[in-house]
Order: sequence, then structure tokens, then C-alpha cells
Amino acid sequence: MAPTETAPPETAPSDPPIQLLDRSGKLSTDDRLPLDLATVDLATLHRDMTLTRRLDTEAIALQRQGELGLWPSLRGQEAAQVGAAHALRRQDMVFPTYREHGVAWCRGLDPVALLGLFRGTTLGGWDPYAHHFNLYTLVIGAQTLHAVGYAMGLHRDDSTGTGDPDRDTAVLAFLGDGALSEGETNEAFVWAAAQNLPVVFFCQNNQWAISAPYSVQSRIPAAQRAAGYGFPGIRVDGNDVLACLAATRQALHRARSGGGPTLIEAVTYRLNAHTTADDATRYRPAAETEDWAARDPLERLEAHLRSTGAVTDDHFTDLEQRERDLAEQLRAGCRELAEPDPASPFEHTYAQIPADLRQQLREHLEFVSTGPQDGERQ
Amino acid sequence: MVKALNDGLRQALTDDPKVLLMGEDIGRLGGVFRVTDGLRKDFGDLRVVDTPLGEAGIVGAAIGLAMRGYRPVCELQFDGFVYPAANQIITQLAKLRHRSAGRISLPVVIRIPYGGGIGSIEHHSESPETYFAHTAGLKVVTCSTPHDAFHMIQQAVADDDPVVFLEPKRHYWTKGEIDPSSPQPLDRAVVRPEGTDVTVIAYGPTVPVALEAAEVAAEEGRSVEVVDLRSLSPWDTTTVRASVHRTGRAVVVHEAAHSHGFGAEVAARLQDEEFHFLEAPVVRVTGYDTPYPPSRLESDWLPGVDRILNAIDRSLSY
Repeated sequence: MAPTETAPPETAPSDPPIQLLDRSGKLSTDDRLPLDLATVDLATLHRDMTLTRRLDTEAIALQRQGELGLWPSLRGQEAAQVGAAHALRRQDMVFPTYREHGVAWCRGLDPVALLGLFRGTTLGGWDPYAHHFNLYTLVIGAQTLHAVGYAMGLHRDDSTGTGDPDRDTAVLAFLGDGALSEGETNEAFVWAAAQNLPVVFFCQNNQWAISAPYSVQSRIPAAQRAAGYGFPGIRVDGNDVLACLAATRQALHRARSGGGPTLIEAVTYRLNAHTTADDATRYRPAAETEDWAARDPLERLEAHLRSTGAVTDDHFTDLEQRERDLAEQLRAGCRELAEPDPASPFEHTYAQIPADLRQQLREHLEFVSTGPQDGERQ
Repeated sequence: MVKALNDGLRQALTDDPKVLLMGEDIGRLGGVFRVTDGLRKDFGDLRVVDTPLGEAGIVGAAIGLAMRGYRPVCELQFDGFVYPAANQIITQLAKLRHRSAGRISLPVVIRIPYGGGIGSIEHHSESPETYFAHTAGLKVVTCSTPHDAFHMIQQAVADDDPVVFLEPKRHYWTKGEIDPSSPQPLDRAVVRPEGTDVTVIAYGPTVPVALEAAEVAAEEGRSVEVVDLRSLSPWDTTTVRASVHRTGRAVVVHEAAHSHGFGAEVAARLQDEEFHFLEAPVVRVTGYDTPYPPSRLESDWLPGVDRILNAIDRSLSY
């Protein structure tokens, strides 16, 4: 007999995520998440979200033109990423997944550097220490443990709880809803809790892990899991840049002060497919995507800025020019990315090349420089 | 050997404040084999860390600590318990230098008590060395004497690459002299007794077995040279080739399974580079292509003196 198909489990009811900026662009306050608007640069948030989206759009176009092998789009998640990134101090360390283009942008990376991994010119592409932004990690959840280890180092370096704003440091680890199911993420939560480490886990719950809806991963909101480990969890509207900023500021402040870890669940949506190689129409209804598109994070911030007059028209016209410049920079920069040196894999496998590997390098370079011999080999 | 490792780790902790030890039960208890005995008391619980029970966590956290400038030495309690950490070791630890084009250096040591012969239960007698030797970016070494244990653990800690440090647990209680001066380089094989008729290549737990076989063979008038590889990745082809170049015969010994084992690598390199000097095929004496057996079968399952002597006979029969 065929097994009986069971209905998917109901997700437990929960309070709506905390929101400070609704989908029409109207501000509100919430006692659980105080935010002093005098400390918020709305124009910069809007600029960074807009340019991040443009970066994403251009990268998708470059993939379609064959310039990139693949691109994981962040469209729809700009508020979560830019909000979280604006809560960072320079010395804080970020451990991203592979979709944090908005955080990378805010950390000051050359946006062209983000393309190398997807063009095949590099496996990394930037200096993780210079920007306090680690390389992208493709193995789901693996980076959460690196964040924990880095936080253990901070604890040993007396880099938390001193009260010195230039010294106190925290770690911000990004993960997705799929990573919640990985054993390594569980270990990271256990270690962070048991050692009260200065690490903030920022989960962008974008509802889909490739084709698996959130109900495949969990019956409760991600933020509720934190209580089981013994640290605070907070659930915010991930399409609300102010809620994301406020929650991350609060959590990073606690971490830097020695107050330990926090799990932030930013409830958002991956408006595009998982990557340019994916076809989301095979597993999710268009109506769902349209519904989330109506909660677009950029549109609500723009509506707020326009309705309150918080910025002048110049802001928007300047931004359009910056978008065009960025697009041009990406198109030209992508094609100008240096081809990798065939010696580079050999040179960077170990601190010093072992003798046998040096011999392999010699043979490989000779093969590469000679090329195929006419008539001998195809 | 336990004392030698303990002394070596103590020296490493003393020499460099960035060195720290982490693992399950290594602090209060001093490790299930007591390799870290007394170190927590002397260096504190921030440098000798009792971790939660999670092997991926131990290696993953060590990566983050190394990125913050530390030199973590991880203990994975038994060979059969390394696999939960395999993802972190293979996809992250081994690859981050390469991924970062040399910007990220991860001086992490992973100590693993390994090998059989102690009458233990499942998962406590395995030889996982080739999984790691086959992974670019890792170094894999194993000691066979207290002298090497003392020096090699310090060299592994000082190395800027990740090192899988395999400790032959059945020789933990072996006694031996330590010469504190001038250790061999970490990646260098050592010729234990010199000989002229046949070269036996061994490492870690099988070195004392090979030495015993060499002594028995000597009584039969055969001069056996034993090469202790010490390092499996990279491995010292120069020393092995020079030996086989002279003897013309090679026997490789390991506890790990036969097929795809390290012996296959040694045999392939010798036939490739010493083809004209080989008088006989390279013979392998190894564990079998089965999971590790119940302990009551292990003494015959493991490569022992008699099987090595048979292999020497076979090599000399050509």
C-alpha cells in the first residue's frame, strides 16, 4: 500500500513581527524596539537600499548575457541587509552566507569584487579583514560556527564590555531559514549560549530554501527557538529597514556590552528565484510572490520619504545618476576582472608549496604555456 | 607517549599566548587518555577549553578563533568521532587559504587518537588518515615514538597550515627517550634501522610492528630497512625513493583498509619513479576492505609481525 499522504503541519500561531514602518510608509513606535529617529539617516538607508537593488539587477543582467555563471538575487531583502549593516561598527566582524550583497555594499566592498566568485575568476574576491566582512560561505550554516569562534576570540581579547566604543566588538552572523535545520547552526547556538558570546545571529527568513517552504524547516517562528537555547530572540518585519536597524543595534549593543547572543528573525521574502539557475514557478504560486511584492521594502521607505519631505527631490535625481554610474561600473568592471593565474591554486593551497606540489605546478604551467600540439592531441 | 604529548602541548602553551586547547573532556578530566592532564589547572579554562559535545563545533569554532589570531589545538576524542566534523575540516578548514587567495591562514591542529589494537568497541579503532591526506590544504602527520610525539606536536602547532595530528592510541603508554635538541623537520620521513634487502614503509601504529618484524627477519639473515613516514601529506618521497632505490623492494604497512589506502599511493609513486630499480612488485600489508571488526578479531585482522614477514618473503621471492 502506498503511504498515506499527511497534511503539512500547521505552523504554530504567533504574534506578527515587530514593525516600525508599515507598507504604506507610515511610521509607528513599539515599546519592544525603541528607535531614536534622530540617530537614523533615512536618506543614506534609502540610498544604500536603492543601489543594492541596482547592483542585484545589473548582476542578473550580466548573468543573462553570459558574463556570470550564476547569481543569487537578494531582491526583496534589501531592508533586512541594509538595516542590519547600518547597525555595525567598523570593528564588528560579519560572517555572511552568499546572498549578503547589501551588507557587502554597506561594508564598503568594491561591488565589482562581488562578481568574481560568480564569474569564476576567484573563489573569494576580497580581503575579509580589511572590510571586517568574511568571504561568502556556500555550505549552509557553516559560517555560524566561524562566527562563534571569532566571538570566542573577542572574549579572550577583552574586546567586549569595556565601555570603550572603539574597542568593544561583536560578531554579526547571517543565515537563512534553511540553515536553521542544519546541525552546525544548532551547535553554534549551543556554544554561543553556553559561553555567553558576543555574537548576533541574523536570520533572514525569506520563506523559501530553494523549493522548500518554511513549514518544511520549522513549526514555530525562528525567533522562538532562541528561548530554548537560552538567549533572546526577536522577530521583526524584514521588509522594514527601521525595525531591522533597531533590532540589530539593540542586539549588537548587548553583545558588545558582554550581554551575550541574540537571534534576530527578519521576516522577508525572496522575490526572485533562489539563483539565476532556479525556476521558482515550479514550486510557488505567483499570487504569493505578488502579495510580497506589494510589501516591497524600498517602496515603503520611498513613500515615507516623499510623504514626509524628509529629503528633497535632489536626493532622488542624484540617486538616479548614482545608479547609472554603478551600473556602468559593474558592466565594465565585470568584463575587466582579471583572469585567474593558472599558478594561483597551487600557490595558495599551503603557506609554502610542498615539493611534490611544486613539481605538479611546473608540469601544469608547461602544459598551459605549450598548449595542444597540432596533430598530436585534440 | 602521553607524557611526551602533554609536555609538548605544555611547551606550546608556554611559548605562545595565542595557543589554546579545545575539546571534549580535555580540561577537568585531562582528556579520556589524559593527554591534557593538568594543563587546565596551569593555563586556565580560557586556554584549555572544555567544549560542548559537538565535533563540528570544535573545528568550526577553531576556524573562527584562528581568524581572530589564535592557534587552536583541537582534540577529537576518537577516530570514529571525527566524521561529524568532516564538513568543517574538508569544506572550510582545508580550503579557506585557497578561497581567500592566501589572505586567511588557519594554524589549527586537529589531534585524533587513532588506530586499533586496544580491545575497544566500535568507532574507537579506526584509521581515517587517507580521507584527510586526500584533501588538499591539510597536512597529515602521525608519530610513532615519544620523541617524535614531543617534537611533532610542537611543530604542528607552530605550522601555519591546518594539521591533522594522528596519535596511535595503542602506543600511548609506550616509553622512550626524548632528545630535546634538533628535531627532524615535520614533513621528513625517518629511516629507523637501516637495511639492504627490503624496505618496509610504515607510519604511526604500525611502525613498532614493522620494527619487530625487522628484528625477526634479521635473525633469519635478512636485512630490513624500516622507513617511518611520519608525514602523510605532504609525504617524503625523497627518503622513500632513496631507500627503495637501494633495496629494490618495498613493503607498505598500514591499519587502514587495503583498497585506496595510503599503500596504493606509495606503490603508484614507486612504480612511476623507481620503475627500473624495482626488483619486485610493491607489496601491501593492511587492514581488510571491511569495517573494523569486533575486538576479539582484531589481532589477526590488523597487520601483524607474521603478515609483514610473509610480505617480506613474497617481495624477496622475485
